[in-house]
Amino acid sequence: MTTLVIAEHENGAIAPATLNTVAAAAKIGGDIHVLVAGLNAAAVADAASKIAGVSKVLLADNAAYEHQLPENVAPLVVELASGYSHVLAAATSNGKNILPRVAAQLDVDQISEIISVESADTFKRPIYAGNAIATVQSSAAVKVITVRATGFDAVAAEGGSASVEAVGAAHDAGKSSFVSEELAKSDRPELTAAKIVVSGGRGMQNGDNFKHLYTLADKLGAAVGASRAAVDAGFVPNDMQVGQTGKIVAPQLYIAVGISGAIQHLAGMKDSKVIVAINKDEEAPIFQVADYGLVADLFEAIPELEKLV
Amino acid sequence: MKVLVAVKRVVDYNVKVRVKPDNSGVDLANVKMSMNPFCEIAVEEAVRLKEKGIATEIVAVSVGPTAAQEQLRTALALGADRAVLVENNEELSSLAIAKLLKAVVDKEQPQLVIMGKQAIDSDNNQTGQMLGALTGFAQGTFASKVERDGDVLNVTREIDGGLQTVALNLPAIVTTDLRLNEPRYASLPNIMKAKKKPLDVLTPDALGVSTASTVKTLKVEAPAGRQAGIKVKSVAELVEKLKNEAKVI
Repeated sequence: MTTLVIAEHENGAIAPATLNTVAAAAKIGGDIHVLVAGLNAAAVADAASKIAGVSKVLLADNAAYEHQLPENVAPLVVELASGYSHVLAAATSNGKNILPRVAAQLDVDQISEIISVESADTFKRPIYAGNAIATVQSSAAVKVITVRATGFDAVAAEGGSASVEAVGAAHDAGKSSFVSEELAKSDRPELTAAKIVVSGGRGMQNGDNFKHLYTLADKLGAAVGASRAAVDAGFVPNDMQVGQTGKIVAPQLYIAVGISGAIQHLAGMKDSKVIVAINKDEEAPIFQVADYGLVADLFEAIPELEKLV
Repeated sequence: MKVLVAVKRVVDYNVKVRVKPDNSGVDLANVKMSMNPFCEIAVEEAVRLKEKGIATEIVAVSVGPTAAQEQLRTALALGADRAVLVENNEELSSLAIAKLLKAVVDKEQPQLVIMGKQAIDSDNNQTGQMLGALTGFAQGTFASKVERDGDVLNVTREIDGGLQTVALNLPAIVTTDLRLNEPRYASLPNIMKAKKKPLDVLTPDALGVSTASTVKTLKVEAPAGRQAGIKVKSVAELVEKLKNEAKVI
């Protein structure tokens, strides 16, 4: 039994989600191999070989894999998959983009966003935006799985000494090409990866008032999110939306400001370790999930909070 | 070009679902059902492409129970020209649905397939990519902008760190993200007109597709509840608790 983990990497570095994915692979048991597909990715393969628990790194270095286009990477994974019992990737935008294509080519079902490994063929995953947890069992010869990073503690990035083996296979489907990339330049951490998230809701009253949250977030090293109400009202763009139809976050600390706590919002944040709610309506449903609730006018509480942290 | 839009009937996103006491699934009896929100965005995009003169015909397709005709009628009221229901009363895996959609794609020969990035019930986020693999089409997942440039479709995608634009050869598959558009509402006259638009019903057998799955659900449980929290009286007390009790800042 050997697991192949597809490495998530960017700008020549291994992405943290890879370490959580290797942790899930370790729970499955057996050997762990990591596939690094990219262009000029030797440094990434080198970093992957040091990850604790990894016994072999496969490096597919080819122009076809430069931007990890699924049309090109999926056939590569399919070609390698026959030697493996499990193929895992982090449930990042890349992992979600590539892996179902792999599964369908292998003619097996994929299991999305597992949060725990019960045994080598049985896994738990949230459905209905986390309002139910399904235990699923796979009878597939190759189990194709994406891993929710917040469900597994990352393994150590150092300590391993795996060998790196080059994979010659080049698959260029010629159906798609990379045009451009526009990465957010925010100094704030990415919403789904942040340790602290500060979110505003309809109670913020307008988009301008979000600046109070930005200053607080900068002081805390936090990302800023929003409820669907705030997005629908046009206060902020909807890539900031936390919830069932937005992003799912599970930070150490989630501060909900002026958010009532509708089901659709709770679905996106209720796995946070500590939840703080600041709302002037003491009946707001958010207080039912908050570890610490403060009934107060946010326009007085936020500046004071900013001073004290 | 002909556009195929896939829509799914799911529990309405405002409903708080409950797990059945026997842990066999969630209780969907007498619960409000709607079109999956991401599918609404897919329909809207197809209609906009038609309004721009890019799409010539929009075919809405759904795989589901007889009642899914409601969601197809909604798609027709929003601007789809005709609808196809692949009738099936069991819960199918994404792969089975992708295979059924592949059969419909083979019949209809669309240049573009638009579907939601994920359904809010199974939360799989697989079907579009799987259909890509089965048809061999290029895929533009999590799209926030779609533009046609001759035989190429430029799709701007929401990725973890920002946005990425890819060029796809047609035919292609696009899965929608939230930012793509704001879906319109169906007007009453259009809802009335939609009742007269054609809706074909097919079955997996008629399409010659096996819907067997390699995954089975053993049980469905309610998530662990959160411990009741406390109310603090002041910002100072809150900060003190976060620093010393929860140790998160």
